[in-house]
Amino acid sequence: MPSLDDLKKRITSVKSTQKITKAMKMVATAKLRKAQENAEKGRPYSERMNNIILNLSGGVSDKENSSKLLVGTGKDDTHLCVVLTADRGLCGGFNTNIIKKAKSHFEDLKKQGKNLKIITVGMKGYDQLKRNYSNQIIEKITFKESKNINYFDADKVGKIVLEKFEKEEFDVCHIFYNQFKNVMTQIPQKQQIIPLQKEENADTPEKDNLNYEFEPDEDEILNNLLPKNISTQIFKAMLENSASEQGSRMTAMDNATRNAGELVDKLSIEYNRSRQAAITKELIEIISGAESL
Amino acid sequence: MSEEFKVEIVNPEKSFFSSENVTEVIVPAFEGEMGILKDHISIISFLKPGIIKIFSKNVEEKFYVDDGIVEFKDNNLSVLTSSIFNLKDFDKSVIDKNLSDAEKSLENPDLDDQKKFLIEQKIESLRSISTS
Repeated sequence: MPSLDDLKKRITSVKSTQKITKAMKMVATAKLRKAQENAEKGRPYSERMNNIILNLSGGVSDKENSSKLLVGTGKDDTHLCVVLTADRGLCGGFNTNIIKKAKSHFEDLKKQGKNLKIITVGMKGYDQLKRNYSNQIIEKITFKESKNINYFDADKVGKIVLEKFEKEEFDVCHIFYNQFKNVMTQIPQKQQIIPLQKEENADTPEKDNLNYEFEPDEDEILNNLLPKNISTQIFKAMLENSASEQGSRMTAMDNATRNAGELVDKLSIEYNRSRQAAITKELIEIISGAESL
Repeated sequence: MSEEFKVEIVNPEKSFFSSENVTEVIVPAFEGEMGILKDHISIISFLKPGIIKIFSKNVEEKFYVDDGIVEFKDNNLSVLTSSIFNLKDFDKSVIDKNLSDAEKSLENPDLDDQKKFLIEQKIESLRSISTS
């Protein structure tokens, strides 16, 4: 049975934790709105980019000579995985979900006997992966210093990926991130960016590109465009990720605040009971003492 | 019959500029400047560093771009670019910094011809902005 003082201390400590989680929730809510806005604003760019590439790649005449970014190196030996996570914790299952998805992919690759290389973006991903995969992590990147997500950062990651691709360090590249669906749900995603995967439900009909005039020509534009698309896709993933992170944190902190409230209630009842018990005990002692006289 | 069409400039972060009624747009396409009027044939091209000029009835807007893709279709012109500045708020110090960066990168010996050409273009257009 804890003493009254102990209970009092516990109540205060839970209350101050509750204050912190409440504040974090409110900060996350404010940031979420901004992140969501950014994610929405960023969508047209990547969508249009995708459309143009779809139009173009349909019309590529010479499959043999077209960019390796589109058709692949012809091999499938070394896989590069870019795992995008948050720099901060306390956001529920956000980081764990991405890592889980990535790890299951890693295991699949291992079973198939492929080589694996990992680039982690964000501190938390590195922390969680370094235990099991420290040999495979070839690069860790963090943007802890930059406050907002900007294209410049994404471009840096994109350039690193491209550079390694040009040196033929890998054949296939996947990125892992959380897609923001709504505040409650974020879906961990695996997306292949090299070689570019065409979506099956491409609703732009093939003959569409017949109407286009290209300057200089399809192949050249495509070669110019594909490297940019890598950065764009990474940027899109980062935007989705940041919205997801804030959403996830908001829900997690909301739960934490509620749990802390419940705990305070329970502790208060216990505190009051033991206080009352102490008073009753003292009274009994006084009364029985008086009776014995 | 109006001679106006729609233009939208998008960068990765947001829709940078959009207008429903422009009469002419001049873009620095890779193979030379290209003026686009209404009912131009559908075209896709990419940009070299230079200035996009957008004319509407009574205003003229100028933007500096580093690179990008331009697509014209059904009287919709979209420009996708990762680096764009409105000339109005293009600061002198920013220009100078870009210029010196570009000059520095030109010294890199293992540039291929295309990259070299692009950087030279960049320097040229930046210079013309900073002197004007």
